[in-house]
Amino acid sequence: MTSIIPVLLSKIVFNTPIKAVNKFLDTLINAKGYVKVLEGLQNTIVISVIGLVIGILIGTLIATVRVVPKYKVLPRVLNGICSVYVGFFRGTPMAVQLLLFYYVMLPLFGIPMSGLDVSILVFGLNSGAYISELMRAGIQSVDPGQMEAGRAVGLSFPVTMIKIVIPQAVKNILPTLGNEFIALIKETSVVSFVGAANLYTAFNMIGSNSYEFMVPFLVMALIYIVVIMLITLGIKIMERRLQKSDRRN
Amino acid sequence: MIDVIDLKKSFGKLDVLKGVNVTIAKGDIVCVIGPSGSGKSTFLRCLNCMEDPTGGKIIFHGVNIADMKVDINIHRRKMGMVFQQFNLFANKTVIENIMLAPVHVGLQDLRHAKTANFFLPLTNLFRKNKRAKAEIAAGKAQIKAEARANAERLLQRIGLADKANVYPSTLSGGQKQRVAIARALAMNPDVILFDEPTSALDPEMVGEVLDLMKELAADGMTMVVVTHEMGFAKEVASRILFMDEGRILEENSPAEFFANPKQPRTREFLSKVL
Repeated sequence: MTSIIPVLLSKIVFNTPIKAVNKFLDTLINAKGYVKVLEGLQNTIVISVIGLVIGILIGTLIATVRVVPKYKVLPRVLNGICSVYVGFFRGTPMAVQLLLFYYVMLPLFGIPMSGLDVSILVFGLNSGAYISELMRAGIQSVDPGQMEAGRAVGLSFPVTMIKIVIPQAVKNILPTLGNEFIALIKETSVVSFVGAANLYTAFNMIGSNSYEFMVPFLVMALIYIVVIMLITLGIKIMERRLQKSDRRN
Repeated sequence: MIDVIDLKKSFGKLDVLKGVNVTIAKGDIVCVIGPSGSGKSTFLRCLNCMEDPTGGKIIFHGVNIADMKVDINIHRRKMGMVFQQFNLFANKTVIENIMLAPVHVGLQDLRHAKTANFFLPLTNLFRKNKRAKAEIAAGKAQIKAEARANAERLLQRIGLADKANVYPSTLSGGQKQRVAIARALAMNPDVILFDEPTSALDPEMVGEVLDLMKELAADGMTMVVVTHEMGFAKEVASRILFMDEGRILEENSPAEFFANPKQPRTREFLSKVL
């Protein structure tokens, strides 16, 4: 009797997972599941990278508008527009924004766009709103003397901003910008709402084909972790390179 | 060269400058002294419109630069400025700090000339007197090379040629301020404004900066210096302005000013600082 317990235990611990792993590998390799996974991974990377690039551009623009001295009418109007924009994109969840763009805006304006394109656009606009606040903090953390010095040698406000202030601001906010990138990658799990392929749809399909969800979702989590660890490493390297103007040699 | 007429500046309800009238001629070395809060720094910062004056005129080369419609950037190129906190561009090396403005301005002028030349045939259609194409003297590479050569010459002059490719964070205060002066000189300004250039320095390093300023003075550079260095003012200045409560109380040659100040307030101030 006592010898049965370990056997039973080993069956629970080893047999089920091994069967599950076999099923999973079978669907992944023989049923061409890996094509879906690679496609999902590619979409995840494409959406988050292009989204981040668009986000940095929009965010920098908005942040600049927000720090411009507001004596005149135009900066005030622009500032108001930017506040509304940031308010909207920070005030609604990403999934809601995706649905709004895909099912409301597109039919309303009659623009044919795929789910992937909409996802890239919405991710860009959304991260733009967040990055604008990061960037504003970054710009305000740069010594105002830098701007003054730039203006004093005859450079215009935009030129000083681009050549002097924003590079220093980016250096200051790089760790937070990395956070934003990681958040974007993780948020790509909701793009299936508008029919774009991603890691979730790929592994979900593998799971439903093999009637076995444990291993696919575990592997999905692992892939996310590995991708994000790689990015964290990349950010660290970048940070080190950008800090060369701080180092005393 | 600079005519300041009834210059006024207020921050909200606080009137900092209450009507300043000064004329600065070419080659003048004007030292502005006075107690803190007297508006001397504000006066200096108004001269190149770092602070927009709330009233009055600043005539620089015949143009009222206090007018908001004037493109201030063009005039600032001819007015160097040196700050108390140095304000070197932290993300640029020493030589890039010096080259940045000349290269940018050179390339900008080049671009404008090229654009104008490109549209010239079109615009000439509507002109009676046809214009000739503007001559483009130097290409991009040449502008950069000239700026670099000039920057290297300036670094040689301030004795920091070996520091060309380091970042400002590795320099001492005195070295930073000398680079800041070189940066101002790189645009070949007609006048340099110094805003307490030695106040943030260790006492040891004040000398090297003052020596460089004396050299500039000897070369005939027009300078406006806000300073607490009475010795420097006495030795180098051609004129001294004493400011208090937003007005110029006394304006005199250094010898006269220090030997027999006219105003009681000036006497009181000098008795405290000398």
